[in-house]
Amino acid sequence: MKDVGQRGAMPAQNNRRQPQGEIPSRQGASAGLEQSSLEAYFSHHRQTAKSSLLRLFKTPLSSLMTWLVIAVALALPMGLLVLLSNVTGITADLEGSSRISLYMKLDVEDQAAFQLSQEIQKRADVESVHFINRVEALEEFKAISGWGDVLAYLDNNPLPSVIVVQPAPMVNNAQQMEILSSALGENPGVENVQVDLQWVKRLNALFEVLGRATLAIALLLGVAVILIIGNTIRLAIENRRDEILVVKLVGGTDPYVRRPFLYTGFWYGVVGAIMAWLLVNIALWWLSGPVNQMASLYYSRFQLSGLSIEATGMLLVAGAFLGCAGAWMAVKRHLDEIEPR
Amino acid sequence: MSNDPMIHFDRVTKRYPGGFEALTEVSFKLGRGEMAFLTGHSGAGKSTLLKLIMLMERPNKGQIFVGGQNLDRFSRGQIPYFRRHVGVVFQNHQLLFDRTVFDNVALPLEIAGVAPREIGRRVRAALDKVGLLKKEKVFPITLSGGEQQRVGIARAVVNKPPVLLADEPTGNLDPELSEEIMKLFQQFNQVGVTVLIASHDLALISHMHHRVIRLDHGQLQLG
Repeated sequence: MKDVGQRGAMPAQNNRRQPQGEIPSRQGASAGLEQSSLEAYFSHHRQTAKSSLLRLFKTPLSSLMTWLVIAVALALPMGLLVLLSNVTGITADLEGSSRISLYMKLDVEDQAAFQLSQEIQKRADVESVHFINRVEALEEFKAISGWGDVLAYLDNNPLPSVIVVQPAPMVNNAQQMEILSSALGENPGVENVQVDLQWVKRLNALFEVLGRATLAIALLLGVAVILIIGNTIRLAIENRRDEILVVKLVGGTDPYVRRPFLYTGFWYGVVGAIMAWLLVNIALWWLSGPVNQMASLYYSRFQLSGLSIEATGMLLVAGAFLGCAGAWMAVKRHLDEIEPR
Repeated sequence: MSNDPMIHFDRVTKRYPGGFEALTEVSFKLGRGEMAFLTGHSGAGKSTLLKLIMLMERPNKGQIFVGGQNLDRFSRGQIPYFRRHVGVVFQNHQLLFDRTVFDNVALPLEIAGVAPREIGRRVRAALDKVGLLKKEKVFPITLSGGEQQRVGIARAVVNKPPVLLADEPTGNLDPELSEEIMKLFQQFNQVGVTVLIASHDLALISHMHHRVIRLDHGQLQLG
């Protein structure tokens, strides 16, 4: 009984101790309790984090279903992103392997132009050249453009001769292409230099569109994940209604009541993200066989690259964020309205 | 300060949505360290009165003071901190059946942010007082009704609140167990806790020799 003796206020006629357990003033109340300690706060966070995760494992099947749904929703945009970055990696390589067309001045004789092409051929940074004389150029133009009849009205051939230069493999980026093309353009007979990057640009524009589309899909699926987790947490709140009431009756604050549900959302998101990571890697592994085969047919040493550390981190952070956001939504809507009556 | 009453109702009226008036102009004072019974037929307003003290309901008219604090002034966010100083025992115990007796009793301390090693000591002290020290590891479902109620009491007092409320704490118990429970409340009162027990068990109340506050259709009956 000695423990009880410290409590409470008693009329003065007793020889008991003066009141100790006072009702706190409102200021004191909002400032927190005398017993509150940082240690207890963090300990509760740790415990809640642990027990929320364990609680999910207590109903393994339904938790697994939710995790899988989240994993699929996260893996889809993530997988698209990985494929896209792989393909843009290829086109970056292709940028260097473009051709350079040198359009000669009209007054340069075919013979002189051909000689120039032979000189260019000798350069170390040039793989090969292809010379097109003025007559060939005209024939090609007639064949391709369908404007042949119009050309018949002209007295002279309006087309210049062209030297098509294939750079050496060492010229493998846009900057080196620039150096080479400007060096070639300094030859006196050259009227105009054109780097044939058009198709690479088009391809990049296409990837830009695909990238945006992936982002849009990611956003939509992110919203879906928030809604799925929100709904799951709503059911968890319903299931633990009695517990919430008791906790509120013995003085649990709103943040205290919310905490386990926010952690539950967090775990749904994080474990979902881990499973998404697995799904993406399984898919990549599955694709790697055919991709390698294709690459070898193109004489390329291209290899499918997997999820980078950064992408993995991003995936986990996204999972955690979406989980907390979904839980927060459910908690705000459903938890605060559960009040003891 | 210590001459103030612990609980003070000043012409309190509580009307529920729909027009039912549960309490009408109720005024009374309960001194510090006093123990009293709240009686009346069912629907007389006993539960409403306790709920008002717990800030589970707000009065329509009048004012309530607990420990000298006007309950009107507590905002929604401050209510939890206030409730930590009022122990409550329910007829249906309100125990959580998915955790052990120990964890049930520890709940108010965990909520109040008591350091973990301190919790163990205080929970055992509370369980010792209600005579259930040996049952700390069992689940409440395996306990008898009387034992469950004593776990509820241990939980209500583990925080050492200056005020202890009980709503029909012996409602489901046979007379012998009821008397045991009431004696437990008396023990807490003897060490200075202000105790207010709502009960319609008039036979039991009559030989406890404490003040009786009688409600009839929401109005206080003197006597």
